[in-house]
Amino acid sequence: MENSSKHRHTIGILVQNVPGVLARIVTLFAGRDFNIENITAAETHEPGLTRITLVTTGDDHILSQIVKQLNKLINVIKVFDFRDTEFVDREMALIKVRAEAPTRAEVLRIVDIFRAKVVDVSPHFYTLEVTGNESKIAAIIELLDQIGIVEIARTGKAALARSKKH
Amino acid sequence: MKMKGAQIFFECLKREGVEVIFGFPGGSVLDIYHEMPKHDIRHILVRHEQGAAHMADGYARATGRVGVCLVTSGPGATNTVTGIATANMDSIPIVVFTGQVPTAMIGDDAFQEVDIIGITRPCTKHSYLVKDVNELARVIKEAFYLARTGRPGPIVVDLPKDVIQAQTEFRYPKKVDLPGYHPTLEAHGGQIKRAYQLIKKSRHPVIYAGGGVIHGDASEELLQFAEMIRAPVTSTLMGLGCFPAEIRDKKGKRSPHPLWLGMLGMHGTYEANMAVSNADLLLAVGARFDDRVTGKISGFAPKAKYIHIDVDPTSIGKTVEVHIPIVGDCKNALQKLIQTAEAEPVEGLEEARAPWLEQIGLWREAHPLRYAFDPQIIKPQYVVEKIHELSGGDAIITTEVGQNQMWAAQFYRFTRPRTFLSSGGLGTMGYGLPAAIGAQTAFPDRLVVDIAGDGSIQMNIQELMTAVCNCLPVKVAILRNQFLGMVRQWQELFYEKNYCGTCLADSSPDFVRLAEAYGAVGLRATKPEEVEPVIREAFAIKRPVLMDFLVSPAEGVYPMVPAGKSISEMLLT
Ligand SMILES: Cc1ncc(C[n+]2csc(CCOP(=O)(O)OP(=O)(O)O)c2C)c(N)n1
Repeated sequence: MENSSKHRHTIGILVQNVPGVLARIVTLFAGRDFNIENITAAETHEPGLTRITLVTTGDDHILSQIVKQLNKLINVIKVFDFRDTEFVDREMALIKVRAEAPTRAEVLRIVDIFRAKVVDVSPHFYTLEVTGNESKIAAIIELLDQIGIVEIARTGKAALARSKKH
Repeated sequence: MKMKGAQIFFECLKREGVEVIFGFPGGSVLDIYHEMPKHDIRHILVRHEQGAAHMADGYARATGRVGVCLVTSGPGATNTVTGIATANMDSIPIVVFTGQVPTAMIGDDAFQEVDIIGITRPCTKHSYLVKDVNELARVIKEAFYLARTGRPGPIVVDLPKDVIQAQTEFRYPKKVDLPGYHPTLEAHGGQIKRAYQLIKKSRHPVIYAGGGVIHGDASEELLQFAEMIRAPVTSTLMGLGCFPAEIRDKKGKRSPHPLWLGMLGMHGTYEANMAVSNADLLLAVGARFDDRVTGKISGFAPKAKYIHIDVDPTSIGKTVEVHIPIVGDCKNALQKLIQTAEAEPVEGLEEARAPWLEQIGLWREAHPLRYAFDPQIIKPQYVVEKIHELSGGDAIITTEVGQNQMWAAQFYRFTRPRTFLSSGGLGTMGYGLPAAIGAQTAFPDRLVVDIAGDGSIQMNIQELMTAVCNCLPVKVAILRNQFLGMVRQWQELFYEKNYCGTCLADSSPDFVRLAEAYGAVGLRATKPEEVEPVIREAFAIKRPVLMDFLVSPAEGVYPMVPAGKSISEMLLT
């Protein structure tokens, strides 16, 4: 098939929360050489249902295959293909940054600008919590990296379509 | 009343109409074997669990019903993997029950523990580990339902020992509740209309039919529609039998069906590959544009608009772009096309189609399937032709993999669905004999013949014992070319005739004596004039017979499309 250009795509997947369901999704991606950039999964408000958000890369053709193949999995109830829908997405990152006397003020200024939070403090380090879309997280990481990031843990994306459920 | 899991197992199978289980026991399924004699279900004891899976598969292909096999945990389970993958690639409905260590021991590397669900996840339609006896009936119900509906496929059900020992109230669910599983069966009316408009306009249409026509029980509709629009029909290996290669007149005389092109693809007929290459419209029905069919994608039906009917949306648009996708059951879609065509027949169809069918006739005449008969040495194609002739074209044929498989596909003229059972997608050597046994179990009175190679047959030859012990009179025809012939052919053509690892001369057992050792009948033909008498004798014996045909070692399968070439670029000799 002809190749349109590669893009990053966010996909929402509503699944039955049964043993092995995540393994099935990951096996599908590995076996068909699809890419997973990040993935999050957690229970929803409805008992027995889990919502997964996954970011992948591929051209339109690959993305269509991914959506169809996901739909084919027996435990997948619905796939939200955000290609033609507006959606909101957020990610949370915990960032442990070096915060010695000379840099502390700078770190706090960045926290303020990004509406982040300091969630843990020790003599040499601050741990920050920041939530936002991809570009916001990327921006704060870039700034903090100049001061000295020690460790990062990111949740990966969670995404929902805007306004009505689709 | 409370029942043990093992008893629930049989009650469920009975309700699913299971008449036979292909199995092999071991510690973790002993409770099921202990329970078995109390139930009216036939058990075929295999000699290797791979055989059990292929038998269930052969049974399913021959009948359209779900095939069942039962094996123990660990090695019993892993031995079925090739059989499961084979069924998965060809969309065959089987349910494989595997024993498992008790739930409390799962994950401990217990004796004969293996994560069979993990191992088979990529090659099953779905699978279940049953952790609670209260789920057993529901899971079995779902397993059978999933195996046979939508695009069929294999299901694995893993049964820990404590679960089948535990007791509970037995209730068989009336319905399945699978919120994520709703195969689209009804073809979309609008798409059907659009498709028919294209068909009406086309001058050079070709119908390209696949295994989906057989799974969907749509052969009659295919024939009817093809004749209505006078479109020639080719099929994939998996589709053979979905369209009659021959028709009989009132006196029973056989002649080729004028619209049948033969198989297409790598070893397809000249006329099928040329027709597809020159078609202006390709109607794909239950086929998936597999690479062995298409050759180089850009050279496949380059002038044609594509209509693609398939029950599995993932098959549509996977390797080629399709102009009119139709998701749905083949039977339903063809019925709707027939209705549309009845309401709106093509005017002047005879004249419009004449030049196209004439052109196809010219291709057929120019390069028909052929081989050079030799009075000195048996040609393998001749054996297949004779098997066809002497079986009246009415046998169930299974194959191994390689040249034997391709010659069977080319020279046996299939007229009915479910009479050609072959591992197409996975290409599993060792498939044919157990598949034949599975088919024979379903149809004890029919003639079932495994067309085999001397390499493949040894991969599951132990199942001859199964055939003998269960009075299943399968026939095996070994085309003994003393090579792993298909691989040898590639070496001849593409690897400088460097026959490394493919010569079997003087390194096969004496197949006649081997057959006798198993308690079967062994027959041999080494000269062309012995072929017919041997086949006649074999067909007359109501026991398993192994025929050893010493055939020409150098024969190749032609036409052949070299890998990576367009299907119009065939090697003809
Ligand atoms: C299990 C398995 N191993 C290897 C192959 C690769 N392979 C394809 S055809 C073939 C040769 C088969 O030889 P034989 O059964 O003698 O049949 P022939 O081609 O000679 O008719 C081989 C080795 C395969 N298809 N399956």
